[in-house]
Amino acid sequence: MSTFNTSREEIAIVSFVELSPAEASQLDEIETIQTIVSRATDGAGIARDRIGFTVSGSCDMLVGRPFSWIMAMDGAGVSKPIEESHVEMDGAWALYEAWVRLQHGDIDAALIYCFGANAAEDLMQVLALQLDPYYLAPTGINAAEVAALQASAMLASGATERQFAEVAVRAGLAVSVEAALAEPYLHRPLRASDLPRFSDGAAAMVIARGDYARSVCARPAWIQSMAHIADGHSLGARDLSKSPSLEKAARLAGVGAKATQIVEVHAPFGPQEVIALEALKQAGLSADAKVNPSGGTRAAQSVMVAGLAAIGRAASAIHRGEASRTVGHASSGPALQHNLIAVLEERS
Amino acid sequence: MKQRCAVLGIGQTHHAAKRGDLSMSGLVREAALRALDDAGMTFDEIDAVVMGKAPDFFEGVMTPELYLADALGAAGKPVFRVHTAGSVGGSTAIFATHLVTSGIHKRVLTLAWEKQSESNAMWALSPKYPFSPPTTAGAGGYFAPFVRAYIEFTGAPEHIGWQVAYKDRIHALKNPYAHLQMPEITIDMVKNSPVLWDPIRYLETCPSSDGAGAMILVSEDVAEASGKKVAWVHGTANRTEAILYPRRNQVLPQAGSDCAKALYKEAGITDPKREIDTAEIYVPFAWFEPMWLENIGLADANDGWKMVDSGDTMLGGRQPINPSGGVLSSNPIGASGMLRFLEAAHQVRGTAGEHQVEGAKKALGHAYGGGSQYFAMWIVGAEKP
Repeated sequence: MSTFNTSREEIAIVSFVELSPAEASQLDEIETIQTIVSRATDGAGIARDRIGFTVSGSCDMLVGRPFSWIMAMDGAGVSKPIEESHVEMDGAWALYEAWVRLQHGDIDAALIYCFGANAAEDLMQVLALQLDPYYLAPTGINAAEVAALQASAMLASGATERQFAEVAVRAGLAVSVEAALAEPYLHRPLRASDLPRFSDGAAAMVIARGDYARSVCARPAWIQSMAHIADGHSLGARDLSKSPSLEKAARLAGVGAKATQIVEVHAPFGPQEVIALEALKQAGLSADAKVNPSGGTRAAQSVMVAGLAAIGRAASAIHRGEASRTVGHASSGPALQHNLIAVLEERS
Repeated sequence: MKQRCAVLGIGQTHHAAKRGDLSMSGLVREAALRALDDAGMTFDEIDAVVMGKAPDFFEGVMTPELYLADALGAAGKPVFRVHTAGSVGGSTAIFATHLVTSGIHKRVLTLAWEKQSESNAMWALSPKYPFSPPTTAGAGGYFAPFVRAYIEFTGAPEHIGWQVAYKDRIHALKNPYAHLQMPEITIDMVKNSPVLWDPIRYLETCPSSDGAGAMILVSEDVAEASGKKVAWVHGTANRTEAILYPRRNQVLPQAGSDCAKALYKEAGITDPKREIDTAEIYVPFAWFEPMWLENIGLADANDGWKMVDSGDTMLGGRQPINPSGGVLSSNPIGASGMLRFLEAAHQVRGTAGEHQVEGAKKALGHAYGGGSQYFAMWIVGAEKP
């Protein structure tokens, strides 16, 4: 297998914005896109005519309507033709497509946006539609129960519920480890504080090349590398207590090549954060890297947005001068099946 | 910096109204294995999988690329999912091409599919938008007014639609993978078929198909080491415009003509009417052939229907259009754009079989989607660009 994961062109995240759940819940999709796109471009001093590629991420099944992103695109102000794409994936993969596009060196900047209107439905049920339609979905298992199977596999291989509780405290979903452990089980061994709190959300990002990046951003977050890998799907064919795909993506992206100060992990269910951090550690992540200093995405999880948000927050830490090397992680699918890693650096 | 990219392997399913013999995994695997076999490769050699399909509502599986990873030997690899409405098969091939031209990967399996028999496309294509009256008329109901407008603007005679419908079904008889096989087809049959959405008649409409198309895209060194005849990618382009804005020309959208211009520029084409030997364009309703011919500059304004009328677009004509039988003969929606792209590649490799255009050196693949607002195109050639 030949893979090249390091940026050949100098490409940086120069702008990132996300809507608060409160804000997102007040806006329809077009207004949402209009708001985040204008903040990420105009608001950051980036001229729209320098954007050579636009790509979005969203999922029809969340909106409950086919082609849902088409109307939403009106909010991006597309009144003349643009070069554009859409992925039926978290915005983090839209970022990946944009990063690939910029490697060609012919355009200066790309706009990425994503949205997930998901406060209104039973997301655990909707997410179960991702399962194999012949062998898994007909069992009626939902997404939380899949996560519970995974957590059980972890306990069987040595993890503890105390570890899960520590993650819940870090995510702001429990006041203390003891309080978390005192909660009743919802889906044994998962408790309420192990589950994500779904909310509406949206995020937008601009990435740019070389001198243009430097001209619009005081401290660009240079994308040193990106890689993503999927595990197989069938739950019975995987060791659910591990994430080989995340470990491999992190190795390909060279996470361990230098010291990292901050890692923003996107693990929808608490125990998955334990798996993700172990995989990252195996791939050489610095032991003292701060985990989710942004608070993480679980307290207000917007499906299709949370992955890009984790990477965006890792970039923002560099923009603010709080770190010189950060790692952003996005995940997708049942039991953390698909994982993406972006390594971001400050350069003088 | 841009690397060259070539199509080394091509595969597709036998398209049909219902492939009851295959699961969704079986369907994608049939196309993927044929493409791998054509390339002389196995799943192990593939660096990444890029999948496209139209709305998940068609089969009721959310982000099915995750579940299909197992069937495509993709565990432990990057799996990517593009979705740009009807143009998705084209957009998917373009992103897969970019993975090679950027130098990130050397061997990419790209694949697009739809299993329409799992659902009802009329329902899935009749979304209810807030503040809009539901039409419940599917894609035909949406596009019929554009066709009527084209007829009004150009004064094209009614028989043009019949002729395109007839031609593509005749072409399909030379394509063993095509869904519709209608040896009995005549122009009168089209003419006498019922009107579904005025002015579109039943036989001027694409079928609903189960099917998949796949390609193995490789870097220059891999292409050369294979010793096989490949199709070189000379250019790719995509353009999108909003579905509604003042003065939008929905019949001949600016996004379509901008996309073609960008494509010709990248592929070094100055006279597409002469330099392109054949084109596979996305024609779900017969009248879209003359419309797209004008939109992408293969015919002058108001002349698209004359090009059809003259027989130029038949196999054996000056510039055969959809020699495979096109979308009018097979329409696994998400795959239809990919089929256009891979049929273009077949033509310049000389591997199209009975529907081969003699001596084709440059071919164009075209796909569109949404409310005629998403366009994806590529040009492939027999020689290196």
